[in-house]
Formats: sequence, structure tokens, C-alpha cells
Amino acid sequence: MRRWNRRQWMAALMVFSLLLLILVTAAGLSFEEAAGVTDFSRRNLAPCPEYPFGTDFMGRDMFRRTVTGLSVSIRLGILTAAVSAVIAFFLGLGAAVLGRGADALIGGLIDLVMGIPHILLLILISFACGKGFWGVVIGISLTHWTSLARLIRGEVLQLKESNYIKIASRLGHGKLQVALAHMTPHLLPQFVTGLVLMFPHAILHEASITFLGFGLPPEEPAIGVILSESMQYLVMGKWWLALFPGLLLAGVVLLFHFLGQGLLLLLDPEQAHS
Amino acid sequence: MTDERPGGIDMKTAVWIGKQLLRMAVLLAAVTAAVFILLSISPIDPLTTNVGQTALGSMSPEQVEKLQAYWGVGVPPAERFLSWAKDFLKGDMGISLLYRRPVSQVIGERFISSVWLMGSAWVLSGVLGFLMGILAGRKRGGAADRLVSGYCLITASTPAFWVAMVLLMVFAVQLKWLPNGFAVPIGTAAADVTLGDRIRHMVLPVLTLSLTGISSIAMHTREKLAEVMESDYVLFARARGESEWSILLRHGVRNVALPALTLQFAAISEIFGGSVLVEQVFSYPGLGQAAVTAGLGSDVPLLMGITVITAALVFGGNTAANLLYGLIDPRMRRRRGR
Amino acid sequence: MDGHLLEVKNLSISFTQYERGMRRTNLRTIRDLSVTVDPGEMVAVIGSSGSGKSLLAHAVMGILPYNASFTGEIFFQGERLTARRQRELRGREMVLVPQSVSYLDPLMKVGEQVRKGRRDPASREKSRQVLESYGLGAEMEELYPFQLSGGMTRRVLISTAVMEEPKLVIADEPTPGLHLEAARRVLGHFREMAQGGAGVLLITHDLELALEVADRVAVLYAGMTVEEADSGAFQREETLSHPYTRALWRAMPEHGFESVPGVQPYVKDMPAGCPYRPRCPLAGPECGGEIPLRRTERGWVRCIRRREEEEEK
Repeated sequence: MRRWNRRQWMAALMVFSLLLLILVTAAGLSFEEAAGVTDFSRRNLAPCPEYPFGTDFMGRDMFRRTVTGLSVSIRLGILTAAVSAVIAFFLGLGAAVLGRGADALIGGLIDLVMGIPHILLLILISFACGKGFWGVVIGISLTHWTSLARLIRGEVLQLKESNYIKIASRLGHGKLQVALAHMTPHLLPQFVTGLVLMFPHAILHEASITFLGFGLPPEEPAIGVILSESMQYLVMGKWWLALFPGLLLAGVVLLFHFLGQGLLLLLDPEQAHS
Repeated sequence: MTDERPGGIDMKTAVWIGKQLLRMAVLLAAVTAAVFILLSISPIDPLTTNVGQTALGSMSPEQVEKLQAYWGVGVPPAERFLSWAKDFLKGDMGISLLYRRPVSQVIGERFISSVWLMGSAWVLSGVLGFLMGILAGRKRGGAADRLVSGYCLITASTPAFWVAMVLLMVFAVQLKWLPNGFAVPIGTAAADVTLGDRIRHMVLPVLTLSLTGISSIAMHTREKLAEVMESDYVLFARARGESEWSILLRHGVRNVALPALTLQFAAISEIFGGSVLVEQVFSYPGLGQAAVTAGLGSDVPLLMGITVITAALVFGGNTAANLLYGLIDPRMRRRRGR
Repeated sequence: MDGHLLEVKNLSISFTQYERGMRRTNLRTIRDLSVTVDPGEMVAVIGSSGSGKSLLAHAVMGILPYNASFTGEIFFQGERLTARRQRELRGREMVLVPQSVSYLDPLMKVGEQVRKGRRDPASREKSRQVLESYGLGAEMEELYPFQLSGGMTRRVLISTAVMEEPKLVIADEPTPGLHLEAARRVLGHFREMAQGGAGVLLITHDLELALEVADRVAVLYAGMTVEEADSGAFQREETLSHPYTRALWRAMPEHGFESVPGVQPYVKDMPAGCPYRPRCPLAGPECGGEIPLRRTERGWVRCIRRREEEEEK
């Protein structure tokens, strides 16, 4: 058998991560009903073969609840990261091609968003949107675009210097038209990698803001809700309520991270030596 | 030739510093306005949140009106903002609706406990992170690098509040070594609280914030140092027979210290974000917990005050970082001089 | 053969590199490079820019990057240069004079760099003397590298070499960016070192300047030494053997500026056998095989056709 080089290992890890994430999402969707079933005859059970993650104070199966919560996290993460990445793309592009005024404006906007601690900004936006589902979605979508926007802006500024773009603009194509038609293909790798690397942040912030009570409503089996509920039971020694959901959430974040790192390695020409 | 000396501040430098400070003031004003807009478009009715729907229904219209006036319902936002800004400049941030005390007082108290918490975590994570970054970046791909990178990857992937919960379960609930929350022992009169008590209550929150705060500074330092170790000037130092140890100390640390310090100043925002979550888990009465309480209880004046104060801290940190860079790095000094 | 100060025998250097995607390739940037330097002698290695000839210097000093590997042998004073020996010698017996300001620590003052961090009065005295001898005053020691001009940078870099008493000096592209006068002055400094008894290996792309100062010249083509001859051999085309060396000669301004058609092959698609084959007017099918080294009157050459040509006469 041939020995695999580092990149092939990375590709295998990416495929594995992707499959696992799809599996968790699908399993969570199919557990949605079962995750909410309460049964007071099996309250507060420690982990056992039948309930590997134990049960909570209402007798709900923590394994199913956790997987459902992860599935919610993944779907919300993809939604918010996608919106955020699109915002980043257009603001980054706009800052680079629409002249100095637009650049200064967008730069100021980035400074503004970065000036308020992230969690606090999420609290404020969630509050402005009346909390709940839309509070988190809008909050996370509106706050994660800054670094990717900067990256895209830098990339476009570099591309603008290249000859064929200059020729296209001299031929009388509009600024935005040139940008969209000629630069987008070159920006795609950056964009996709940036998008995937945004998932971990989006997922962690969703969980955090939900944990604080500004995100998903308590009836939703989200990881933030599960962990927030477990708080009152920690002092009673019911460790399983907090341990497994948090551990698995970190696992999901890691899987997304591997996916992003793999893309970065394979798509970025600057990594030729590693 | 230039006549610059590290210590001397000439006219150009003074103008440059002035510009930095002005920029900070403008940003702060913009943040204040933006936050005010966010808070005033909220559909959340402070009355329903704090008084309750049923209680509200059983009140007389006069009583409801009085309450509405108390919570500021019905006044146009622009007018409210102007009067708030005018008062703020005089040092009056309004009255906290939940605590029924001046916001400045509430923030003042909370600020003191938070500052100790965040300050120690800031120093600890900065020093540890820098050392770990040096260890890792010295040889990319080496054993130390794998260990440090792995640690950073894991902590960066873990929600900070969950780390707090795990530490709480292990050290407070199971081992009972440390208290499981609050800043002082419950039921003790303020006068009887010793410094030891305060420190014991601070250990777990500080530990959480430090453990999770290390990753960004460590990874950044690692990246920078690895870059330096692959630079032409380190190659030349090696060709001149300098030992790896001397290269690390003389060239490595010299070239990564300033970027690391800058990053740590910029990390104030992150530390504060972490402290919001950590204070919530440990019921630690700091600014972060107050922000959550204010947000959940629709205490707009308090939320507003906390945001502006923290934004000022963050911008202060960023400006400090810029100033440090500009004043210390000889290359920046030169660029400004031209 | 132990009379040589430095002897490089059939040095090949290759890199492993990834292309976009998952393919891993081996790039051989230098192959079958051979050169010798004797004490008091100045030998120039000529190669076009970007041909990776700096790697020769790095291989001798033992500072090749981690993804590079080399085959071949290097001897210093007749003794094989192992990694350990290199660590003992470099910065003391053998020194490198690098090519640009990027080889100086951007945040360290010039004086401190020249002294390698030593603070004792003797070192200060020595560095003062050395810098002074290159026309750099005391105020220079307090400057940062970015404040130096190109010529000043070169002189500072040379000073670092003279701070020791080296037996071997390797100068890596010391002239680009300098106007002719300054370049001549810099090369003169290296000539002085050779006159002082040290062996000097000058790595450069500038054949004309090299001929003014060097005793012998080794010509690289696509990372391979194709010919080595004494500088005098470059006076006439006939005393040169390899078709590429002759083409270089004809390309010199005083010999008509005749340019050679085609370009050097990129390392990735290097032809087997003689790398000059695709551009060579004499090339034949046997040039695709192994090409042995052959003595000539003025040095040696790596060419089959020239011998056949001579034998026919």
C-alpha cells in the first residue's frame, strides 16, 4: 500500500468531518419528536446503557436532546455564517472598488462593530429584535463579517493592480461590473474558506447568547438552553447534564474547524510547502 | 539623517497622538449613537417584562401611565438621546430601572469587582500565552508546537461558559476546594470579608478566563515567531554561528514582543466578552453580569451605560496599542516623521 | 586533492513541494554542481538570477531550509563538512556575506549586530575599527537597518565578515542595486580579503564584474556547472569550451551584445542529460545521456560535442 502524504490525510479528515456533521444533523432532525418526550418515571437518571447521557429533571432522554440541539446549532450556524459571509463579500468588494469615501465608511463600520465586545453587541442586537430566534439569527449574521470583509477588500485591491482587470476597466466596463464578472472567480477560494471558518464562531456565539437567555426560547432543545437549565442541577452533582452536551458541541466546532483548515490548505497557493 | 530619540516627543508626534485620540472620541460617539438606536427600536415593552402582563391588566389607567412615564415610554428617541447625552457629559448616566439607583453608582461598584477579575485574567493569559507561543513557534511542527497548538485549538473550540461549568463541577461541587460562586461568602457582613475570601472567590472565574484567553495570544505569537525564525535575518544569525538559544532571545523575542503586546491590548474586548459569560456562571457581581441582568430586565439606562463604558475601554485599549506601536517601533517612528 | 580550502563535489539540492491540490513534487534546483576554492583565491560562480545559486552558499554553511535535501560532498580543508563541523566553523572560520538588508534584524541597531551582541570594550574597539575602515562613522552604529542606503548596507554586511578572521568568505550577490562605482568598490573589498589570505567564493549573476576581480570563474546553467576556467580564458571566445559559456561571452557588450535565443528550462521540466541541449547549436542525440566532466587547457567542461568537434580537427 502507498503511504499517504499530509494533504491526503487532510482530505480524508475533511470527508470524515463532513459525513459526521451530516449524520449529526440528520439524526437530530429524526430525534426532534423523541427529544421532547417527558417521562417522570425516569427523572434525573445518571448515564446508563439505556440512556447514555442520562435523563433530566423532566425525564427527557439527554442523548436525544443533545443530538437535536447539535443539529439546531449546525443548521443555525450554516444559516448565520452564510448571511454573514455574503455581507462580508459585498462590503469588502464595495470598500475596494467604490472609492475612498465608501472605503472609509465601511472601515468605520468595521471599527464600530469591533469596538463593542462581541457578546455585548449580540445582547444589544438581540434586545433590539425582541430576543428569540430572530434575535440570534440577526445578531450573529450582523456581527461576524468584519474580518472576512477586510480579507476580501485586501484581495480585491491586489487584483485591481493586475493587468487584465485594468484592461477590462479601460474597455469601459463599470466598476462593480468588472468586480463581479472578473474578480469573483479569484475570490471564491477565499470566500469559501472564510465561510467555513466562520461556522465555529457562529455556533459558539449562538450557544453563548442562548445560554444567557437572549437567544433561542427555552422550549427549543438548543445546547445553550440545555446548559442553562443544567446550571441549577450542577450543585446537586448532576454532572452529566452539562458535561456531554458541552463536549459534543466542542466536537462539532472542531469538525467545522478541520473542514475549514483543510480547505485553506488545499486552496491557498501560499501553503505550497506545508 | 533624522534627529529622533526614543524618549523625545516632537511636534509631529504630538499631532499624531492628538489624531489618534480624536479618532477614538469620534468612534466612541458613533458607538453611543448606534447603541441608542438599537435599544430604542426594541419591540420589548419594559412594562410587560418588569411588571407582568397580569399585574398590568389589573392596574388603573393612571397607575399604568405613571409607570410608563417611569420607564420612558412614549418619548421620541431622538429627544431621549439628546437629553441622555447631555446628562452623560455631566457624569449623569440616569437611574437604573432595576436597581433604582444612579447608573454611575451601579457601574462603579460592578466595575471594581470586574476590574480585578479581568485585570488578573488579562495579565495571566497574556504572560502564559506569550510564553506558550514562544515555545511553540520556536520550532514549527515540533512536540511543543503540537502540544500548544492542540491546547489552543481545543480551548478555542469550547464555549467559555462550559469551561466555567466544568471547573465549577470539579473544584467547587466535587472537590469542594473553592466556593461555587459570588464574590464574597454568602451571609457575611461586608466588614467581615477578608482579602483571602475575595481571592478564593476569584480563583475559578480568573482561571476560566485565563485558560480560554490564552489561545489567541499564543497562536499569534507562535505564528509571528515562526515567521521570524524563517526570516533571512535569523538565517544569517545562524550562518554567523549564533546559538539557537541566543537567536531566540536576541532576535525572536525582540521581534515578537511588540506585536504580542499590541494584540493583548486589543484583546480587552475578548476578555470582557468572556467575563460576561463567566460572571453569569459564577454569579459574580461584575459588569458582565449586570449587562445580562439589564438586558433581560429591559433596564435601558444601565445597559446603555455599561456598553458605553466598555466601548470606551476597548477603544482605549486599541488606541494604547496603536500609540505603543507608533512610539516604540523605530520603523513606525520614521514613517510618521516623513 | 586535499590542497583545496573548499571543495564542493557533485552537489544536488532538491525541494519537496505541493502543487495546488494533493500532488507532491520534488524540485531539483541544483544538480551536479562542483567548485573548488583555494586559500588566497577568489572564485566566482556565475548563474542567472533566480537560478537558486544562493543555495550553494546555504549548503556550505549548513543553513538549507527544512524542506530541502542535498546529495554530494563538501570538504573544508580536506575534511568532510558534516552538520556538526559546519556548526563549529560557521561564523568563525567560514563566513557568509548575504545579499540584502533583509538579512539584518530590523529592530536591532547596526553596531550591536556587527558585534553579534558582544558588549566588551575589545569588541567595541574592533567593530569601530572595522566600520571605520569601510568609511562608516560612529553615528552609523546607532542606526536601524531600514535607515541605511544600499551601499551602506553592503558595507555593514561586509563588516560582519571582517569582525572574525575567516579562512573562507562566501559573498552572495553582493552587487545588485549598486551603481557601477559602488559595485566595484564592494568587489574590491572582497579582493582585499583574498589578498589577505582568505579564500573567497563570489556568487553572482554579473559575469563582467566577476571577471574584473576573480581568479577563476565557474559557470552555472540551470543549476549545473557547465564549465570552469581561469578569468583569462574569457578574453577570447576560442579559449572557452562550452557552447553556453561562448554564448555568454558573445552576449557581453564589448563582444556584440548577441543574445541567446530561448530561456533556461524551469526546474520542473528539466531535460535529461545536458540542460543546454534544447538551445544548443551543437546538440545531438547523445547529449541526452550522462555527460562526464572533462579537463580542458584552462579548467574543465561538461560537454560531449565539443570534444568530438576537437577530435575531428
